[in-house]
Parts: sequence; structure tokens; C-alpha cells
Amino acid sequence: MATNRIFSLHVPEPECRPGDTPDFSKFEVPVAGEVVRPPVDVDAEDIHDHAYDIIRVLDDDGKAVGPWAEGLEDDEALKGLRDMMTVRSFDSRMLMAQRQGKTSFYMQALGEEAVSCAFQAALSPGDMNFPTYRQQGLLVTSGYPMLDMMNQIYSNSADPLHGRQLPIMYSSKEHGFFSISGNLGTQFIQAVGWAMASAINGDSKIAAGWIGDGATAESDFHSALVFASTFRAPCILNIVNNQWAISTFQGIARGRAATFASRGLGFGIPSLRVDGNDFYAVYAVAKWAAERAHLGHGATLIEHVTYRAGPHSTSDDPSGYRPKTEAADWPLGDPIARLKQHCIARGIWSEERHEQAQAEIDSEVIRTQKEAEKNGTLHDGPRASPRDMFEDVFKELPPHLKRQRQEAGI
Amino acid sequence: MARMTMIEAIRDAQDVAMSRDEKVVVFGQDVGYFGGVFRCTKGLQEKYGLQRCFDTPINESGIVGAAVGMGAYGLRPCVEIQFADYMYPAFDQIVSEAARLRHRSNKDFTAPLTIRMPTGGGIYGGQTHSQSPEALFAHVSGLKTMIPSNPYDAKGMLIAAIEDDDPVVFLEPKRLYNGPFDGYHEKAVTPWSKHELGEVPEGHYTVPVGKAAIRRPGEAVTILAYGTMVHVALAAAEETGIDAEVVDLRSIVPLDMETIEASVRKTGRCVVVHEATLTAGFGAELVALISQHCFWHLQAPPIRVTGYDTPYPHAHEWEYFPGPVRVGAALKTVMEAS
Repeated sequence: MATNRIFSLHVPEPECRPGDTPDFSKFEVPVAGEVVRPPVDVDAEDIHDHAYDIIRVLDDDGKAVGPWAEGLEDDEALKGLRDMMTVRSFDSRMLMAQRQGKTSFYMQALGEEAVSCAFQAALSPGDMNFPTYRQQGLLVTSGYPMLDMMNQIYSNSADPLHGRQLPIMYSSKEHGFFSISGNLGTQFIQAVGWAMASAINGDSKIAAGWIGDGATAESDFHSALVFASTFRAPCILNIVNNQWAISTFQGIARGRAATFASRGLGFGIPSLRVDGNDFYAVYAVAKWAAERAHLGHGATLIEHVTYRAGPHSTSDDPSGYRPKTEAADWPLGDPIARLKQHCIARGIWSEERHEQAQAEIDSEVIRTQKEAEKNGTLHDGPRASPRDMFEDVFKELPPHLKRQRQEAGI
Repeated sequence: MARMTMIEAIRDAQDVAMSRDEKVVVFGQDVGYFGGVFRCTKGLQEKYGLQRCFDTPINESGIVGAAVGMGAYGLRPCVEIQFADYMYPAFDQIVSEAARLRHRSNKDFTAPLTIRMPTGGGIYGGQTHSQSPEALFAHVSGLKTMIPSNPYDAKGMLIAAIEDDDPVVFLEPKRLYNGPFDGYHEKAVTPWSKHELGEVPEGHYTVPVGKAAIRRPGEAVTILAYGTMVHVALAAAEETGIDAEVVDLRSIVPLDMETIEASVRKTGRCVVVHEATLTAGFGAELVALISQHCFWHLQAPPIRVTGYDTPYPHAHEWEYFPGPVRVGAALKTVMEAS
């Protein structure tokens, strides 16, 4: 007869902690170009392996290979490179601005630039993203003015959100960017609702939901998948697996499932994993999913495998929970370096042009920053009147808020 | 003019709203083909099609979260949470999303949702089908919270809620669905067809948001109530012979302080009645407001008559329920104080 075990709780731990040598030996990097590109009307069960594999287009020499290597034109590749460089340069200036006390908070997308820049390039005008806080690349790629982003970060007199929102929690309906919430996961089901509305209204626009690896554990993730599946909502559901949820490694949210993408299979939603540091691959997979949605086949779940090279936010210090050099050892490389290599291999770019572009972008960011600072920074210069905080709580100011505003004397 | 139950009035309100504006969509658990467990959406799917009235998975955060997305798109969703007791999984979507969206996006996106939910006890529903969570909503900036007490108001208020550009939580006292209820559960239900407020006009009309109604004018004491408790208050006034003025708040956010202040200044005495638990209930807010704004007119401390701070009991429903006897006792107490 078997004897009952005395239990002890299993709590997963990452491979490495501070002081350890980073070890990605268990992370298998699939060869670029080997994953099949199925027809867009494929059933989830017929591409089961796509939820476990990693779609990669750019090989070690920067060449675009395999069935997913199509559709990215020369000018699109160069725009993508420029957009990613802009995001990185912007991030670096805003990080410094936060250190200088010009704003309270900042979040970089360092190392993850390809995910949002390439994805946005695959959308059409009128499509709507429901982003998390690390998708500034969507805005940059869609042409949203950098000045408005900075004004928002500074909560200054020209802040489009009047100082009501935490820095980087942008909103722009015009640029297909839904208002960011700090409550994780809520936007995932909202994206599905928006897509359902598009279908109800007889429209042809699609929605894109965004969530991080950690927040897939939220119940709204499940809500989104079940609604998207049931109502065949025209949407793309993106998981950005950047390995870290603040200090918590992805194994805590993932449990014993092999991948986050595999969660979509139980709902009959085609689910793919893509190399999130490969601009070309993200673009190709996003195009595939968008076409699938446009043709009425419903949702696609995409896991973008990437690495959060910077801290979670300016309030975080990753040296307390992971090896300092882990980012440098990340096996999928750096998205900007890889697309740059590709553009050079393609014969449309050079080291000299890259250096020149970098200088241009940096100086444009600095020029825009100076312009933004004329409108004030968080603790210095003009900002919205405090009276403004009572506005837009409701469409019209109700009597109790009128009374409170009077009592506040503002 | 037809006589309607509150269920029929609520169904009719959604029908009117859907026929006037194709952006109005209705969905929730069991609301489509079957027409809702209380039948408040009966026939809407048949009339307006699957695209505009449909069943959803049992997932309240999904129902409200999808509605937020639809509102951002430009639709005007009116969703049903089967019982107010089931709304907690949707609370994040209501509080952090629907209620905040207009403000946080500087009007870039809005959430013109109506979230209907049956509220209150009196039907032997136990602790999971009887709760009155209105104070939780009233505490949230950016939300409107309404509670009708009769079919006429239910229709006019629900149309107003659906047409409102802000998110509205619409609490339907389920014990009033089929008739006014004064707290005497052993008596046969009086149907709405025998009540003047069961007369419901055809077609479109609205009851203005944030306006209270005086159900019984009086000089001696003001009773502030909403939903089922309006009828309990009227019964208590009748039985005690105390000339109470019964104010039906109808909406707790926004709140009609003008009517409340005028009444309390006139009577100098106030009893607040609600079925929800006592501590930090909406009655606390009312008593605080009255104390601040009518203090020099008060001749007695205001009293609250409410449910107890316990889970809503199943077998002891009528000991818990703040019926006319308890309200009557409070009226006497507040009249005796000088």
C-alpha cells in the first residue's frame, strides 16, 4: 500500500539569481525560416506546434529566410529601423528627465522595440490597439507627435490628458491607441469588446489587445479568450513575454504549461509564438493575423518572445533579482542591431547611414524635449489648472462636484 | 396608457431605446434567446436579432469589459448582471475602467454603459441573491447609481440611463418586479396593475437623472428611502399616523440634495431607510450631509433603519429586513426626541 506523502509547496524559481552566471542553455533557439506559414483560415488544432515553436525570419547573417519572409518592402524596413531607434532614443532622454526630477515616473521599452513597432506597421488606419504601458512603439510608428508624448510625461500645460494620468499612460483615439490603465489585464477583454462592436456595426476594423506574460494570470485574460472564441471577434491578442513581471520570472504566471501561446489552443484560437526581437517576423505574423481577422476567421493569439532589457520602471532595480548581465546574454539578440544588420545585408543601409540617422534622431528628440519643456515640467512651469480635476468625471458637472469645487476655492 | 409590471416596464424601456438608436445593444447571461431569468429582456432578441441581443458566457468581468470596449467603439451597451450579488468579478471593470475612462482620457474615450442588476432581498434568496451593494457604487467617482421604486420610474429612468453618456449602474429591486412591497411578506402580493405608478406610458419618455420624488408630502418628519424601502416607509407612515414626508431618492449619485434639504429643513427630523447593511452604507452619507447642511434645523438626531451588518440570512430574512414595524419605531423615537 502506498503511503501518503507529507506535502511541501512547490514554488518555481528562475534559473539564475544575482551573482549567478546567466544561463539560457535550456532556451532552444529555433533555426530561422523553418516554421511553416499556414493559410490564414487554418484551424487552431492544425497548427498546434506553432504555439510551441518560435517563428523567426532573420537568420544570424541578417538574411530574411523561410516562408514568413515576405511583404516587408525596403522603405518599410527602413521606417521600422528608424521607428525603433526613435523609441530607444526617446526612452533614454525621458529616463534621464525622470532622474532629473522633471517627471515622477517613466517606463522604457528597451529591448522590446520590435514588438510594437513592427506590429503597428501591419495595422490599417482605424484599427484600435488596447495597449499596456510598454507599447510606446505603437504611437511612434503611427506618427503620433513626440511632442505630445513628452507633454503628457511632464503633465505640463500642453498635456493632452491635463495632468490626470500617470506619465506614459497616453491616449489617442485618432492614432488607434486606447487609454492606458494601470490595472493590468483589463484592456485585453475590452479589445475583444471593441472588435465585437466592429462586427455588430458591420465595420471592417480590427482590434489588437496587449498583455504581458505576468498579467496572463489575470482572469480578464481568460475572459478575453472565451469571448474572442465564442463571438469570433476580429482581433489579434498579443502576449508580450519579456520574461519578467517586475521581479517575478515568467514561470510564476506560466505554471507548468510549456508556453503562454498554448493557452489559446483550448479555445480553438490559432496561437503562434514569434521571435519578438525579429522585426521582420513580428511584422509577418501580425500581417497574417490581421488578414485572418479581416477575412472573418476571428482571433489570433500571438506570444512575442522577447526580453525586458531595462528595469520594469524607474521605480525598479533589477539587480536585486536577476543577474546584471542577463540582458546581454539573451539569445534572441537586440532588435535594432538585427534589423540594422538585415538592412545592410539587403543593400539598403550602411554603418555610416546608421550613425548619421542616430545623430539625427537624437538631435530631434533633444529639440522636441526643449520644446516640451517650454510648456513646463511636473514641478516647474505652467500646468493645467487644479480646477480641471473636477472636469470630465461626468459629462456634465453634477451638483456635488460643483459644491466640492467651490469649497476647494479653485 | 397600459398597466405594466416593473419587469414589463424594464423590457419596454430597452425596446424603446433599441428601436430609437441602433447603437444600443443588450447582452448578458441568459438574456438572449430566453429573455433573462427575470424575463426583463424577453422578445428583444427575436425583435432585434442576434447581433443586438445575445447570451454571453458566465463571466461578469467579461460582460462589463466587453461593454467598455464596445462603448469605446461607439456603441451604447445595456448589459445585465444576473444578480447584483454576482457583480464583484466585474468590479474592476466598473470602477477602474468604465467610471474612469472619460476623465483619464480627457474625453478621448467614454463608457456610455448601463449595467442593470437585480438588487435587494425579500425573495428567500439567501446571501448570494439578496444583497444591496449600492453604497459600493456610490463611493466610486464617475459612476451614476439609480434605483427605481415603481414601473413608471423604472421605464423612464432606464431610458434616461441608456441615453446617458456616463456609465450608470441601474439597480432593480427584485422584490418590486411584480408588485409594490411594503414589508408584509405574509400578505398576498398586490399587483402593479392596481397601483397608479403601474401606469406606464407607451413609447419614449424619461425621468430626469438625479431628481428625487416626494411620494407622500408631510410636515412631521422626513423619510429618505429608495427602491423597496419607499413602500415600507409609506406603510410605516400610514400605520403610525405620523405625518411623514417620504422622499424617494431614485438616484443616489447624482443626489437631489435640493429636495432633501428642503424637506429636512421643513420637518426638522429625519429617518433614513435602506435594506443594505448599516456600517458605511449610503445612509451614513445621507446623515452626514444632513448634519452638515441642515444642522440648525434639526430637532432630533437623524436615525438610520437598515439591514444588520451580517450576511443576508436565508431563514431569518424577515428578522433582517427593515420592515414597517422597525421604521415605525424609528419614526416614534425621532418624534419623541425634542
